[in-house]
Amino acid sequence: MFNALQERLDAVFDRFRGSKTLTEEQVGEGLREIRLALLEADVNFKVVKTFVGRIRERSIGAEVSEALNPGQQIIKIVNEELVTILGEQSAPLDLGSASPAVIMMAGLQGAGKTTASGKLAKLLKSKGRQPLLVACDLQRPAAVKQLKVLGERIDVPVYAPKLEGDPVEVAQNAIAEAKRLNCGVVIVDTAGRTNVDEEMMQQAADIKAAVNPVETLFVIDAMIGQEAVNVAKAFQEAVDFTGVILSKLDGDARGGAALSVAEVTGRPIKFASVGEKLDEFEAFHPDRMAGRILGM
Amino acid sequence: IFSSGLTEEAWEELEESLIAADVGVDATLELVEGLRARVKEQGITDGAGALALLKEVLRLELGTADRTMARRPEGTTVWLFTGVNGTGKTTSIGKLAKRHVDAGEKVVLAAADTFRAAASEQLEIWGERSGARVIRQDEGADPAAVAFDGWKAATAANADLLMIDTAGRLQNKKELMAELTKVKKVVVREAEHLDEVLLVIDATTGQNGLSQAKAFTEAVEVTGVVLTKLDGTAKGGIVIAIQRALGLPVKLVGLGEGIEDLAEFDPDAFIDALFAEVVQDVELEDFDAELAELVADQQDDQQGDGTA
Ligand SMILES: Nc1nc2c(ncn2[C@@H]2O[C@H](COP(=O)(O)OP(=O)(O)OP(=O)(O)O)[C@@H](O)[C@H]2O)c(=O)[nH]1
Ligand SMILES: Nc1nc2c(ncn2[C@@H]2O[C@H](COP(=O)(O)OP(=O)(O)OP(=O)(O)O)[C@@H](O)[C@H]2O)c(=O)[nH]1
Ligand SMILES: [K+]
Ligand SMILES: [Mg+2]
Ligand SMILES: [Mg+2]
Repeated sequence: MFNALQERLDAVFDRFRGSKTLTEEQVGEGLREIRLALLEADVNFKVVKTFVGRIRERSIGAEVSEALNPGQQIIKIVNEELVTILGEQSAPLDLGSASPAVIMMAGLQGAGKTTASGKLAKLLKSKGRQPLLVACDLQRPAAVKQLKVLGERIDVPVYAPKLEGDPVEVAQNAIAEAKRLNCGVVIVDTAGRTNVDEEMMQQAADIKAAVNPVETLFVIDAMIGQEAVNVAKAFQEAVDFTGVILSKLDGDARGGAALSVAEVTGRPIKFASVGEKLDEFEAFHPDRMAGRILGM
Repeated sequence: IFSSGLTEEAWEELEESLIAADVGVDATLELVEGLRARVKEQGITDGAGALALLKEVLRLELGTADRTMARRPEGTTVWLFTGVNGTGKTTSIGKLAKRHVDAGEKVVLAAADTFRAAASEQLEIWGERSGARVIRQDEGADPAAVAFDGWKAATAANADLLMIDTAGRLQNKKELMAELTKVKKVVVREAEHLDEVLLVIDATTGQNGLSQAKAFTEAVEVTGVVLTKLDGTAKGGIVIAIQRALGLPVKLVGLGEGIEDLAEFDPDAFIDALFAEVVQDVELEDFDAELAELVADQQDDQQGDGTA
């Protein structure tokens, strides 16, 4: 995998050695390789199109710096553009001054919401905050129990008044419970839902309205393919999330979804979830992600 | 575009529809290249004809595999469920348990996911819902030991079917993959057979699905795929790449979170869904063409009226 793309580009550009600016022909051939690399990394094909179009504009006529060959020059432009879309630097959590500050999780089934809820609670606790975990997934078997187990592991209270019924009600009561327990941060775990399930998408919007979160985090699996775009758009429409958590980045997926989601929603990716254990959670690094997507 | 003949744009659109369904670059390019040759051979000149031929090719590739779940004629059949995290292993077992209990079989489930929080409790709920018996140990127990217990309990009870749930694991984790190999070894040693090793894949999965299929096949010789979450908008095209590369057939599909939301894989329905948008486009364009004709006819009529 090491620099496979660079090698492919070098092979393309071997023919053009010695030129001072990038010609349209050179750029065109280089962009074919870039396009394939992005598609292989699961970047959505429409996103690839606009992205490659932008690279084309920036590249044609660009001066080839003395230190770089044309292949390196294009990669440099691609990399800069990727980092721009993915976020110049990692975006921190912004909890504002409200108390309690509410964080709500949303996403597809199995994306990693419950695990990320536990991870966030652990992180915030380590920073001296007092989080309350709220179990608003009354759908999936043993989801409440799962959150309780995680809460116990990190010694964080879990508000889980019921195992079935209406999660909006649980959300509504959670704020009072946080005040009672003196918890300054509330993390609301929700059930997984598919983006076409209107009833469930409405429920997510209702939970959001009930708790008025300062941060709504969309959790998405790094292994997701082309549908990332439609899924992210639908969740943005339903809950207008403020940030993204990219999960299961400890795998070997190239993670093109990161680019797809950032490009179509304009929302920053805030965290990378990198394991099943609760401390395997870190700030998202746009530059590392750019290299990963390009396979470099 | 596709209805107006086999233009370069039409080919591109066809390629895009495969890419958009997560079939992957390599498989897509191979498929489309092969199709181009056959289209030439057969003298097909319109987009609809090419699309029909592509569907036919895919049907042959997907349609000929044996998709039945292997059963023992006597004794306890054993199925092992594997896959990366969160794909739907436990849920699929719950759905299958219901199906086989309803058919009058005695079913035992072994909760060999001893790692993930509340995994055993989740399987126990599925056991209650379906009427299957669940064998479990405490969190952190050796998964191979739970599988072993499951087998003992199943044979002691003369069960017809034992399904073993395992923890989700990413295929690049050597130790976790070795642990899975050990679970399989223990089952094979004790039971002297293992009838299916199923890889559960989430339909939203992109190209990493191929790497999953390769690694799990290497670790436990996967015999078939369960493709879950097809009720979402994802097409699950990665299974085409998987079948092409490894010959692994999809056996079952998950169509929701409910206990009945499981079905046999239907290649025809799957392929039709793969091209649903393209076909819609074609129909729309046909409709546009019809509309244009209608408008033209009307204009002719009006002109006729004017000169008469
Ligand atoms: N390797 C790895 N596994 C993860 C990560 N995040 C979550 N998981 C695992 O993925 C699976 C699903 O995680 P959950 O947190 O239950 O996902 P969820 O989104 O809450 O799922 P639902 O509530 O069913 O929609 C579990 O096996 C987790 O242990 C991660 O970053 N890396
Ligand atoms: N929409 C939909 N959701 C599904 C389907 N199958 C499973 N799910 C959901 O996906 C999530 C994960 O399912 P599980 O059965 O827990 O997955 P798993 O593979 O056992 O997960 P781990 O044990 O954590 O690796 C749950 O929320 C399920 O309800 C399906 O076919 N459609
Ligand atoms: K679908
Ligand atoms: Mg959950
Ligand atoms: Mg499970």
